[in-house]
Amino acid sequence: MNAFSLAISEAFALLAGFDHRVAEIVGLSLQVSGLAVLLGTLIGLPLGACLGVGRFRGRQLLVIALNGCMGLPSVVVGVVVYLLLSRSGPLGDLGLLYSPTAMVLAQTVLVAPLMAAIARQTIEDAWHDYEEEFRVLRLRWIDSVRVLLHDCRHSLLVAVLAGLGRAMSEVGAVMIVGGNIDRSTRTMTTAIALETSKGDLPLAVALGLVLLAVILVLNGLALVVRQWAMRRYA
Amino acid sequence: MSDAAPMFPLRVRDLRWEAGGRAILDGLDLDLAGEGITILLGPNGAGKSVLLRTLCGLLEPQAGTIDWGGGRRPESGVAMVFQHARMLRDSVCGNVELALLPARLAAGERRERALAVLERVGLAQRAADSARALSGGERQRLALARAWVTQPRLLLLDEPTASLDPSSVDRIERIVREIRTEGTRILMTTHNLGQATRLADDVVFIDAGRVCEHAPVQRFFARPASQAARLYIQGELPWRMAF
Amino acid sequence: MANGLLKFLGCAAVSVMAWVSPAQAGETIVLASTTSTEQSGLFNFILPIFEKDSGIAVKVVALGTGQALDVGRRGDADVLLVHDRAAEDKFVQDGFGVDRKDVMYNDFVLVGPAADAAGVKGARDATDAFARIARKGSPWVSRGDRSGTHAAELRFWGSAGVELKGQPWYKEAGAGMGPTLNMAAGMGAYTLADRGTWASFKNRQDLAILYAGDPKLYNPYGVMLVNPARHPHVKKGAGEKFIQWITSAEGRRAISAYKIGNEQLFYPLSR
Repeated sequence: MNAFSLAISEAFALLAGFDHRVAEIVGLSLQVSGLAVLLGTLIGLPLGACLGVGRFRGRQLLVIALNGCMGLPSVVVGVVVYLLLSRSGPLGDLGLLYSPTAMVLAQTVLVAPLMAAIARQTIEDAWHDYEEEFRVLRLRWIDSVRVLLHDCRHSLLVAVLAGLGRAMSEVGAVMIVGGNIDRSTRTMTTAIALETSKGDLPLAVALGLVLLAVILVLNGLALVVRQWAMRRYA
Repeated sequence: MSDAAPMFPLRVRDLRWEAGGRAILDGLDLDLAGEGITILLGPNGAGKSVLLRTLCGLLEPQAGTIDWGGGRRPESGVAMVFQHARMLRDSVCGNVELALLPARLAAGERRERALAVLERVGLAQRAADSARALSGGERQRLALARAWVTQPRLLLLDEPTASLDPSSVDRIERIVREIRTEGTRILMTTHNLGQATRLADDVVFIDAGRVCEHAPVQRFFARPASQAARLYIQGELPWRMAF
Repeated sequence: MANGLLKFLGCAAVSVMAWVSPAQAGETIVLASTTSTEQSGLFNFILPIFEKDSGIAVKVVALGTGQALDVGRRGDADVLLVHDRAAEDKFVQDGFGVDRKDVMYNDFVLVGPAADAAGVKGARDATDAFARIARKGSPWVSRGDRSGTHAAELRFWGSAGVELKGQPWYKEAGAGMGPTLNMAAGMGAYTLADRGTWASFKNRQDLAILYAGDPKLYNPYGVMLVNPARHPHVKKGAGEKFIQWITSAEGRRAISAYKIGNEQLFYPLSR
């Protein structure tokens, strides 16, 4: 059997056998990335919306910076968060390094700008559409932000899914701040990196296929929810 | 009508607005007293929409003055319904509540007021439906409700019945009359001359960015003073390209 | 309207806060160690025994020796288990670590393509083997990551008198042992590996052990506590218990008992 068919049959065995260890790792990945995306949503979407609606000096620079952050290497985020959380760093007293919380923080830093950048574009387009209407109603800008966030909720799902995709698939940041500790901070991606470095390439690919399956299921769920919601409000 | 600042008589003097080297408003003068329905007539490109947009504060006049009852433009009390009103992806009621956000009411009161006005435009049954699922006529009534709910003293309507069927037009006209009865000053544009005779107290005829004629409705249609108005009423005025 | 969304997000935020501070049962120490010990499977074998005996959970962060020492220097680990004697001694001397003890050893092996173009199989000793590779210019993949293995490799190049700068056959991976072996397998290159990682490495392709056994390839591991005087949060009691256990008779027994196939990978060092 060649490496690929071996990997695929191993992936099915992992999925079918419901390997307890794999389930644990998938669970941690979902928890960490899910929370990071939740925090990213709470921070990134309002931030993006403010940038989309606001008109102030330096806004263009902020937009460029934000779009640039979409390409931020996860390793850089990992190192920066590591230095912050390290015992010798400014937040060292919290003792958060090598914990799932640290991984959530790092991934939040990673996905919030991405989600904000996508939200900014979405909200700005919608704002152009409603601007006259809102101005005549003399809506305060903060109300405009709130209303547009609500109005674009279906399109903003794309921002959330992009954040989730980036969080679930990144390895650099969680590896550095989580430490890839067995049964504590090992996620799908760090497990894949570990199996690759142990030379067990079929298992690495199999885990990759499991990760892909998980991401596909999440995207499918999101699509179903979106369609249900769209039917509600045309 | 909580705003105590005076609004009428509204005096527009020598209003100018230019786009792309073409004068849209070319020294326009207009006086509006505090009551009734005034209908703006005039060919496309005459400057009607720009005038409405200037009055509601979307456009700053490039020259000229607008005197609101002896003072500046009041903070509130002017509402506008666009020809193509944008509706949020929200319920019918939610779209009306949008207009009440600046008033900072409690959610319950906001809802109550929105439902009350929806009742008056005949959309109470559809309050919970999606605004984007409404028909053209219903949509326009919703737009009127959204403007009405703020209890404006001046309501600007930009062709509120364009491309609606006759029964929808009739419903809109009844609502406009009702709003007027409650003391709101109405300034609206239309190309429907029948509608003008049915609704207007007076008519303002604009051509080439100036007011050619401002007269009570019967006199305007019986004895138009200007040649342009006469041709327009007879449907023979050559329409200028908008841009 | 927008209120519903805000309420939902608020609830979500509260539940995040609840999850982020989990209740920690029992004591936990962070052990910064090397990829070789982690990936060989040794920790998976001996740590459950220690955890059962002591009730102390050990979280292993596997890095190169140099990185592991950095982590200790910053105070981000409680205990270090690494393999670079010179660097370890300096670490203790500089006051970053205390209580250093020998734990175990294994050995480095020279692996390369089975065809052995450089002929290291017939080398007199390890230094000669390195010299032959350099003479032939056979491709070599170095860890290049300041790990214990990297340090050992550089010592051999030094004693063989090989100048590495600008050599086209010398590639620095800047990676752990596993990825370096993956590269060597892919390129048909030579490299120096620790026996533990090699034994558990699966993607060997054409690679084989070509030279081993020189006493200079001896690879000793030491354990030490991060200095609690410098980093007061270090779990001194639990860390000392671990150091004591891994150098005790039970610890030595556990290390000796770990085998892959029939091969014993690590040999305990008695005090």
